[in-house]
Amino acid sequence: MTPLAAAANENLAEISNYLIYSSMAVYTLAFFAHIAEWTFGSRSKVARTAAALTGAKEAAAAPAVQVRGKGGATAVLDRPKVTTRSGAGTRDVPDGPGAAGGTVQGDLYGRIAVSLTALAFLVEAAGVVTRAMSVERAPWGNMYEFSITFSTVAVGTYLVLLALKKNVRWLGLILVTTVLLDLGIAVTWLYTDSDQLVPALHSYWLWIHVSTAIFCGAVFYLGAAGAVLYLFRDAYEGKLAGGGKPGRIASSVLERLPSAASLDKFSYRINAAVFPLWTFTIIAGAIWAGDAWGRYWGWDPKEVWSFVTWVAYACYLHARATAGWKGRKAAYLALFAFACWIWNYYGVNILLSGKHSYAGV
Amino acid sequence: MSTTDKASTEAPNEPVPADAAEEAAGSQLSTAPVEDSGPVGIGVTGWARWFWRQLTSMRVALILLFLLSLGAIPGSLVPQTNVDALKVAQWKKDHPSFVGVAEALQLFDVYSSVWFSAIYLLLFVSLIGCIIPRAWQFVGQLRGRPPAAPKRLDRLPAHTTWRTDSTPDEVLAYARTMLAGKRFRTEAGGTHVAAEKGYLREAGNLVFHVALIVMLVAFAWGQYFKSEGGKLVLRGSGFSNTLTQYDDFKPGTLFHPDDLPPFSFTLDRFDATYEMSGPQRGTPRDFKAYVTLSEGAHGTPQKREIQVNEPLEIDGSKVYLLGHGYAPIISVTDPTGKVIYKDAVPVLPQDGNLTSTGAVKVTDGYKDKDGKQEQLGFNAVFVPTFAGEGMGTMFSQFPALLNPQLMLNAWHGSLGVDSGLPQNVYRLDTSKMEMFKDASGQQFKQKLAPGDTMTLPDGAGTVKFEGIERWATFSVTHQPGSGLALAGAIAAIAGLAGSLFIQRRRIWVRAVTGEDGVTVVEMAGLGRSESARLPEELADLAATLHEQAPTATPGSPAEPVEETPEGERG
Ligand code: HEM
Repeated sequence: MTPLAAAANENLAEISNYLIYSSMAVYTLAFFAHIAEWTFGSRSKVARTAAALTGAKEAAAAPAVQVRGKGGATAVLDRPKVTTRSGAGTRDVPDGPGAAGGTVQGDLYGRIAVSLTALAFLVEAAGVVTRAMSVERAPWGNMYEFSITFSTVAVGTYLVLLALKKNVRWLGLILVTTVLLDLGIAVTWLYTDSDQLVPALHSYWLWIHVSTAIFCGAVFYLGAAGAVLYLFRDAYEGKLAGGGKPGRIASSVLERLPSAASLDKFSYRINAAVFPLWTFTIIAGAIWAGDAWGRYWGWDPKEVWSFVTWVAYACYLHARATAGWKGRKAAYLALFAFACWIWNYYGVNILLSGKHSYAGV
Repeated sequence: MSTTDKASTEAPNEPVPADAAEEAAGSQLSTAPVEDSGPVGIGVTGWARWFWRQLTSMRVALILLFLLSLGAIPGSLVPQTNVDALKVAQWKKDHPSFVGVAEALQLFDVYSSVWFSAIYLLLFVSLIGCIIPRAWQFVGQLRGRPPAAPKRLDRLPAHTTWRTDSTPDEVLAYARTMLAGKRFRTEAGGTHVAAEKGYLREAGNLVFHVALIVMLVAFAWGQYFKSEGGKLVLRGSGFSNTLTQYDDFKPGTLFHPDDLPPFSFTLDRFDATYEMSGPQRGTPRDFKAYVTLSEGAHGTPQKREIQVNEPLEIDGSKVYLLGHGYAPIISVTDPTGKVIYKDAVPVLPQDGNLTSTGAVKVTDGYKDKDGKQEQLGFNAVFVPTFAGEGMGTMFSQFPALLNPQLMLNAWHGSLGVDSGLPQNVYRLDTSKMEMFKDASGQQFKQKLAPGDTMTLPDGAGTVKFEGIERWATFSVTHQPGSGLALAGAIAAIAGLAGSLFIQRRRIWVRAVTGEDGVTVVEMAGLGRSESARLPEELADLAATLHEQAPTATPGSPAEPVEETPEGERG
């Protein structure tokens, strides 16, 4: 590298750092906006879940459509309305109204929070891209780069789900909080100056294997967040159905979340959707290991934990198909599987030494 | 349209009572085995059958899977013999009180231990025992027809109904054409059409589980027939692929030396580049070995390159570049001034900056100044970049040859190489040797730059550091079965995607003439519990059918709809 290019790259790396710090500032604002949303939302006193559990249920309906009539005139023809009902044994509870609790002010802050999150996402993504440009390679050479990409992808996935009009706004606060945590750890403990890669990482498999690994982790994270909230909400619904009275704050927060059944489904769908990609990630890693180290599978700590994570998610998917293991037990398995993933990332990289440790802390 | 009303009169949390037709409607949506309670029948066969059913049940598969993931964990926390035997020795030294327990539990060989093998063998027996009946069942389902509509369609997870002026036969004919057009398999009953779709889900699931078995077989095959050998090659020297040439060789149990493909190569050049500045100074950037390769017994030589991620492939074997280092060239003269030894001595890197240690062993031809035959030995510490005078320690500051220095201390006596015990070429066994001492009685040692000569005390001879050669280590592996494993892996992913993304679901359409002579259409759908898209799909299908058989108006059937019953708009 010529000195001139090196200086340019150093400038880019510095710009990247500024962008990451700026995104943290914006995420912090988004965090406070979410807090405001939850606070204002708590002022609505509707107690919907309790009512739903004891009273009549409202069935979801597909939207009506306008159809052109036969005689050339436009008549409003109703699309047949589909009634849904849950399977036997599950509670038929509608989703909560969301953090804003139906209050106008809460909703305003919620919208501000989402806009800020989107802005922070753009800034952070720019930080990742400038980092990549400064090192002239994929920005996944060490844990710092891995962390900033990880949170970018998690937020990006959340925003895509929002844009697809999926009911995921309840994820906002929890997501922004963990993103701040992740970035805080990244800039204080994991920071590594931008630089080239050691020879073992010179491979197009870096693009394939590491990018899918990051993506899977970020999406598994959303699934795990869903599973945690499911456990709380399920306990809350269970208590209400059993005639118990949950605490005031717990009610206020949990009441606004989607129903346990929705959260459970969200978590399952997310986990099931990325599981094939996670399988692919491990296989791609094995192929790369075959090229780089001369063996496909050597029970290196990183390989062991990828395997454990994979088997744990397979367990979770099996549990869902086995009567008696649905619901809470399956959710615990999903959380165990995600804990394995996190440990594989932080714990194995920092505490256990193996062939993967050259990746740099 | 009273659907909503009907649904809302149901108590919300009560399990829906299922009639026989309803049970049939939901049957065989999957081939998952059903849970089983206790042993039926008496005696050994009863128990054996019960045990077999337990083993092949979903619950036990789940438990075994969970055990497999837990069982894999210790192998990442305790060093493993087949990964790094040196670390195992170190661990045993550091945790003396646990060694007994750890060895009893085979914690140093987790992945070949009895208990780990037991878990995965049971799992795979369970898997085979599970797949075969499921595959048969699935074939049966493929041959069968969608089950008839249950009596009460409004009890199903998704349901819709409307009244139309078309006749029931017209509606059913439309429905059948429409469903067949959407690639449903349809079956007409008297007053209904039954349809089913998504068989690929089950097929994908079976493919996935079979692929797991294929992968296991491929791994086992690879384990038994593989071979893996390491060789250190000095620049300018060669290697030919026969058993005796390897420094170390790990064959699988069924490997035969004749399986080694014949080839040879010489290492012409080795390049290593490092980061020269910045905080990552010294981090390697590029390793490249240039070799001249001859394939077969008498192949024509050809120039090839080997890099870290780019092994050389020869006839089913792969040659990997693993490591590299330096080999100081050392010559030794005896007291008469005759050169009795000259060789490049590879030294082994100890850290990232290639601080290296090794031993020079002069086994033949040396006589001391009294004419007594003896052997000489030198412990060597080599640093490619010395910090500078006064900076004392022999730790290298940089991996390239910026300021190479060699520290030698000298011994004489017997090297013990004839004792019959295996010897480490990189280490001196000084148990039968004496050190050379300097004037003050300390051990004689000296630091040398290339070209320097050191004179041993009492005119015992001289040692010259002539220069530096490089070496690279290669690993030659032969791993059969990896193609099969890859095919299994691809099939597994494809099967998994099919299994997780495709929904198996059933749709029923019923059309009957109501009491007032108007046709009542009912549509309902049933899928696996996770099929979230089912209501949406049903709504789409209903909308399509509705175009053909629009809602009847209460008054005159010919006029378009002006009013709709209770709250349907929006
Ligand atoms: C090597 C161990 C195994 C692994 C890694 C594994 C993995 C998986 C995965 C990832 C799924 C999810 C795909 C889906 O939901 O369709 C699945 C489903 C399934 N597995 Fe396994 N499996 C294993 C062994 C077994 C065994 C021993 C059985 C039989 C007892 C079995 C029976 C099933 C069934 C019936 C399903 C489908 C569940 C459904 O239809 O939703 N599996 N398996």
